[in-house]
Amino acid sequence: MAAPALRTGAAAALLDAWPTPAGEAGWAQAVRARAARRLAERGAPSRRDEYWRFTDPTALTALPATAAAAPQFDEAPVFDAADRLRLVFVDGVFAPELSDPPELAGVEIQPLAAALRSDIHWARELFGALEARGQEPVDRPLAALNTARASEGFAIRATGRAARPVNFVYLHRSETSDALVRHIVRLDAGADLTLLETGPGAARFNKAMEVDVAEGAAFHHVRAQGRDHERRAATAIFARLGRASRFRSFTLTANGRLTRNECVIEFAGPDASAHVAGACVGDGDFHHDDTVFVTHGAERCESRQVFKKVLKAGAVGVFQGKILVRPGAQQTDGYQISQALLLDEASQFLAKPELEIYADDVKCSHGSTVGAVDPTALFYLVSRGIPRAEAEGLLILAFLDEAIAEIEDEGLADDIRDRLAAWVARRRKG
Amino acid sequence: MLKIDDLHVKLEEEDKPILKGVDLHVRPGEVHAIMGPNGSGKSTLSYVLAGRDGYAVTEGTATLDGVDLLALEPEARAAAGLFLAFQYPVEIPGVGNMTFLRTALNAQRKARGEPELNAADFLRAVREKARALAIDSEMLKRAVNVGFSGGEKKRNEILQMAMLEPRMCILDETDSGLDVDAMKLVAEGVNALRGPDRGFLVITHYQRLLDHIRPDVVHIMADGRIVASGGPDLALEVETNGYAGILASVA
Repeated sequence: MAAPALRTGAAAALLDAWPTPAGEAGWAQAVRARAARRLAERGAPSRRDEYWRFTDPTALTALPATAAAAPQFDEAPVFDAADRLRLVFVDGVFAPELSDPPELAGVEIQPLAAALRSDIHWARELFGALEARGQEPVDRPLAALNTARASEGFAIRATGRAARPVNFVYLHRSETSDALVRHIVRLDAGADLTLLETGPGAARFNKAMEVDVAEGAAFHHVRAQGRDHERRAATAIFARLGRASRFRSFTLTANGRLTRNECVIEFAGPDASAHVAGACVGDGDFHHDDTVFVTHGAERCESRQVFKKVLKAGAVGVFQGKILVRPGAQQTDGYQISQALLLDEASQFLAKPELEIYADDVKCSHGSTVGAVDPTALFYLVSRGIPRAEAEGLLILAFLDEAIAEIEDEGLADDIRDRLAAWVARRRKG
Repeated sequence: MLKIDDLHVKLEEEDKPILKGVDLHVRPGEVHAIMGPNGSGKSTLSYVLAGRDGYAVTEGTATLDGVDLLALEPEARAAAGLFLAFQYPVEIPGVGNMTFLRTALNAQRKARGEPELNAADFLRAVREKARALAIDSEMLKRAVNVGFSGGEKKRNEILQMAMLEPRMCILDETDSGLDVDAMKLVAEGVNALRGPDRGFLVITHYQRLLDHIRPDVVHIMADGRIVASGGPDLALEVETNGYAGILASVA
């Protein structure tokens, strides 16, 4: 079906806005050309698309991007206490002078641009491949744009157990930055890698990541998207999970004018496990959208989606989560919960949980709730002398904790808890 | 110490009077018991004193050491020394019992202008008091009341009371849902806190709790009023004759 002219026009403008990276290997050029064609044919996202009904994509595609003040915060960066390898981007451009040397036992790290100029078999198999697969049955035009044009980012291959986590740090300095960043991550059989992502990225940030987790490997992803108010971001994770592999991804989002986080997971081998979780807190002009698509294409895999949102003063939260169980994916265990805590009547939560099941021996469930702070629990706390605002804060943090509990590393989980506690404390004063 | 005069209370939402003129005076060191049939207003009295939403005081006063309780937010009443042990302690998933206790204790100390207790001193105090109530460290680590048995929840209430050291303790049907052993533990916990500066108001449906927590004064409440007051013998009379007999004799 041809897309309307308006949308294809917008897609062409987006493709024109960024140059096609030069000097790449033929295979990479071909991948980029295919992605550009996909985007050109299907068009830019529009509110009429089924998965953009709750989120207006205009600000993510308009040219030029709306300026956003660079945040100025005094607190130490997230995960500062963790021993990690830092790779720093400023407004979406890698800044080697701010970064650690990209050397880590058990891991090969190179800039994406270098990988796409050479003929590395795993990069060749991965770059653009999972994104292309993820375009069915739902279009993901912003990810297609990313594949077609992004030149910044890293190609990471874990060959064994990574000696320490890799941390992408995304600094936002320029008010007008409009950035595309792309990572490809491959975990060889039995490898183990923790990837941390922190910071807002840019005034407008389009980031995509493909993750290929081979047999028996484990990928842990913890991300804190930064708490600047003005940011607009669209991110996408495409993951393919091999036999008996593990995938864990947690995202903290505090504020940001518009954030769309997509996560597309495919079980390609049996006995694998994937947990995707998110905690988001929004106050005021804040729109946060989690869109998750999990495809069970193999037997005995377990998936779990846990998303919690705390919304205040007109903030909007969106959750669109799907579990697709393909024919033959027997003994699938799929679970999904999305919950919002509305701190006032001006805030809004829109949820679209979906199950689509073509196998007969599966266990799948989903739940979605929206509510206010429980007055009974609140009274119990204040009756013990805890001031109302502090008691409410405790209950907010308790509400979010089910998502945070999905982080397996306790130190990282505590760091996220501290961030949220600070957010709640600031709201109390305001 | 706790002085309630002619207290009239109705539900906020509807025009239904529940307390119709309650008078009660608990002096330091005294243990008062309030007994009465279901629906007599016993629990309402405890909620109104603690400051729960949903009730409107239409007449009367309630003061603690001269402080007008009814003018204070619930947290300020707690800081002023009032404590309510709930009939149904609330489960709060995600809030650790220790965090809860420490936050409450330090909030009260702060409200009173006292220094906050540091982590080590707090931990020592909790462990000691928990041991006396047979609360193990596992229970302390769990979320507030989550997965606790009925008896564990009530013991947890008493632990909070022991940590917060209130001037005036109200126990709302603390014996409900307890077996004999659990009741003994709870009663021992309460008795350990008895002292010349502290008052207790023990609300109960049955006399048996009063075998373990010996009251100085027993009140019978019916239809929103205290209709009879007396010594511990009054509780025994309830046990023997039931409320009907007593209510008939005071009618």
